[in-house]
Parts: sequence; structure tokens; C-alpha cells
Amino acid sequence: MKESKSIFNRKESFRWISRSIETAVGSLPQISSKLSLKDLFDSFKFRLGIGRMKYTVPPGLYGVGKPNPESPVFVSANFKLSFDKLRKSLKEIDSWLLVLDTKGINVWCSAAKGSFSEEELKRQILKTKLTEIVSHRTLILPQLAAVGISAPKVMKLTGFKAIFGPVRASQIPEYLKAGMKASSKMRLVRFNLLDRLVLIPVEILNILKPLLLLFGVLFLLGFFKLKILSLRAFFPYLGAILVGIVLVPLFLPWIPGRYFSLKGWLLGALYALGLSFYQKSLTQILIYFLLLPSISAFFALNFTGSSTYTSLSGVLKEIRISFPLIIISLSLGLILAVFSLLF
Amino acid sequence: MEHRYLRNVVTLRYELEKCTGCGLCEEVCPRAVFRLHEGKATIIDRDLCMECGACSRNCALNAISVRAGVGCAWAVLTSKLRRNQQSCCSEPCCGG
Repeated sequence: MKESKSIFNRKESFRWISRSIETAVGSLPQISSKLSLKDLFDSFKFRLGIGRMKYTVPPGLYGVGKPNPESPVFVSANFKLSFDKLRKSLKEIDSWLLVLDTKGINVWCSAAKGSFSEEELKRQILKTKLTEIVSHRTLILPQLAAVGISAPKVMKLTGFKAIFGPVRASQIPEYLKAGMKASSKMRLVRFNLLDRLVLIPVEILNILKPLLLLFGVLFLLGFFKLKILSLRAFFPYLGAILVGIVLVPLFLPWIPGRYFSLKGWLLGALYALGLSFYQKSLTQILIYFLLLPSISAFFALNFTGSSTYTSLSGVLKEIRISFPLIIISLSLGLILAVFSLLF
Repeated sequence: MEHRYLRNVVTLRYELEKCTGCGLCEEVCPRAVFRLHEGKATIIDRDLCMECGACSRNCALNAISVRAGVGCAWAVLTSKLRRNQQSCCSEPCCGG
């Protein structure tokens, strides 16, 4: 097989390939179920957004352990983090791993966007000659792939029975032990403190670039002795952004309200209240209350995209109600700020 | 602690008469919206639905319909600005 051969030729760059497995249609790469330090370091780098566009695995069929024609087939995306999680959890499970070409995007997003699809599944089944390698006709897919994969359609298109495994790859051993039955807990997508915590560095990185630009502009203004907007005067607003992208995600389920923007506004108002104790000017306090909670509310609203439980209809409603209020409050605050500077 | 989003907004629709009780909707739902009850799927908590669309896609009898989409404010706002369908998925979106 041409594809797998090219992988062997480039062995240096794929340390996770341990050796090859002979099958009815030629040799296939066998992958290690152990993550090396380099894998972990690469994941860490990826999480911090360094070189994030290139984190892919070549699509195709791989073997884990010593698979035979009766071994189960697991389907995954060609996003390296998804692939790593899967192979790590397949420790000591002789199996086949069918990696689809999802353009390096994770299972849930690629299924929602259409690259993790029945057609792509069919293409990889044909390309890898899977029907000649395994004797059974069953595929185990990650549950979240169901957003883009219809099991009845897979049966019609490929003749394979698609079974949805647990949401998280780490539960696969437990799932297999239970006779390929996912408990109701395995079926739920979670969003606990740790899940939210790992998202925060990315949230911060997302705003870093525009923020540095703004700092640059403020610095230049200071350089020309235009002290209207000093860097120091900006700190309270930076704090309001951090309330929205750090504190709201952390305390999400404990902040009252269902609207993300309301949660952000409440924490932002608390923050503005705290700052007010250090302010003597009533106008400045009013400016704080008009600007700071609205900034926090806006960034909290944006966190809907990172959460795993918001619906599009809900987000549309939230934008319809909260967004105009945020804009009004920000405008009033800015007008007041300009007037207080001029008079 | 269970996360809950807005009440009474989701577009999830379900026709009980069409259901054959295959149970696939219960299996694919990551929010436990469906449960099989006396051989038929029933919606046990509609407000938990996040409109991912997995259930309707996997229902062989088209008993379920939902406007599937990603609940991401940034995507909605930017697509309104640019007038094109732009999904947000810069990786963190759907969580790792």
C-alpha cells in the first residue's frame, strides 16, 4: 500500500509507529499505545497555540498491539490530540484504528462541520481495503461523531454496522469490559472545573494580540505626551476582561443566572464595586459601572463557544437581548468618560 | 453540578408516532435528553438540548428534527458582520 509505505519512509517524523503488521493486503503501520515525552510536549505546545495548524496524523489504517481479522475497528479523526487520546486508551487492546481525513480537526468540530462524514468513512474503508483485512463488519466510532455520522446511512453506504462508543476515549476499556455497552454516564459530555481550566490559556492567548496592539498605541500616545489615555488608566479595563475570560469560566456553574452575559455582568459589577472603594470621584465610579461589567459580560458571552452545553437558539436569544444592552452601556460610559476628561 | 442553559428556546421537535424504539437517539445524545420508555423514545428534559443534531441525523424514520448548529456567540457575531457562514472552531470551541 502506497500510503502506509510513505509513512514508513518518513519514520523519523512519526515516532509513534513502532513497527509493521502483515495483513492480507500488505503491511500496515503498528502504532505505540504509549505517549512519549515528545508527544506530551507537542500537545502542550499545541495547547499554547504554537504551530497549531500542523497537528495532524496521516489518514489511513493502523494497528495497535497484535490485531487479527476479528479485532475491533476504532474510527477517529486525524487531529493528533484525538489520535493520542485514543491510542493511549487502547493500551493492551489488540485493535485496528481507522483514521479519517478531518483536516486535523477534532472529532466533535469536524463532525459538525462535515469533514467527519459517512462519505469520508466510506472513502477510507475503500482506500485501506478494510473489508479484506477484517472479517467482521462493525465499526466503533466516538459518540460525538454522531453529529456528522448517521449509523443507518453508514450501513447503507458501506455495509458496516456503526456503533457509537463512549464520549471519552479513556472509557473505552471499561466500555469493552461491559460488553460494548456504554453506561449513561459515559454518554454525557462533561464540562467540569478541569475541562474549563485547560481552556483558559487559549482564551487569554486569543485576546493577547489585539491587546498588545492596544498597549503599543497607548505607549506611543504617552510618548507624545498625550496623557489622555495612560497605560495605568487602562488597567481596570484589563481586569474586566480577565473577569470575563478567567473568573467566569472558572466559577461558571456557581454564578447565578443562565445567560453567560448576565454571569459576566454580575462578576464585573462586583469587580467595579471593589474598585469603587478606591475612587473618590462619583463620575469615575459611574464610568466604572457603565464600562467594566459590560466588558466582562461581552467576554463571558464569547465563552458560549467554548462551553459544551449551549445551543445555537439560546445563543441567538442571548445576543438579541444582551448585546444591545452591552453596546448601550459601553457607549454611555465612553461618552461620560470623554466629557469628564474635557470638562 | 449540572450546567443548564436558557429555558424554552431549543428547536428540538419529536413525533412519537414515527418512533420504532431503536434507541439510537438516547445513545448519541451527549446531554441525556431522550430515554426509551415502554419501547418508545421520550424527551425527558428538552431544555438540556444543545442542538448538536446527532439524534435527528441518526433517526432512520425522521421522527426527530432540530436546527443543528454550534452555540457560539463569536461565530454568530462575526458571521453577522461578514455576512457569511463562519464557524468559530478555532480549536477551543468544542473543547479539545
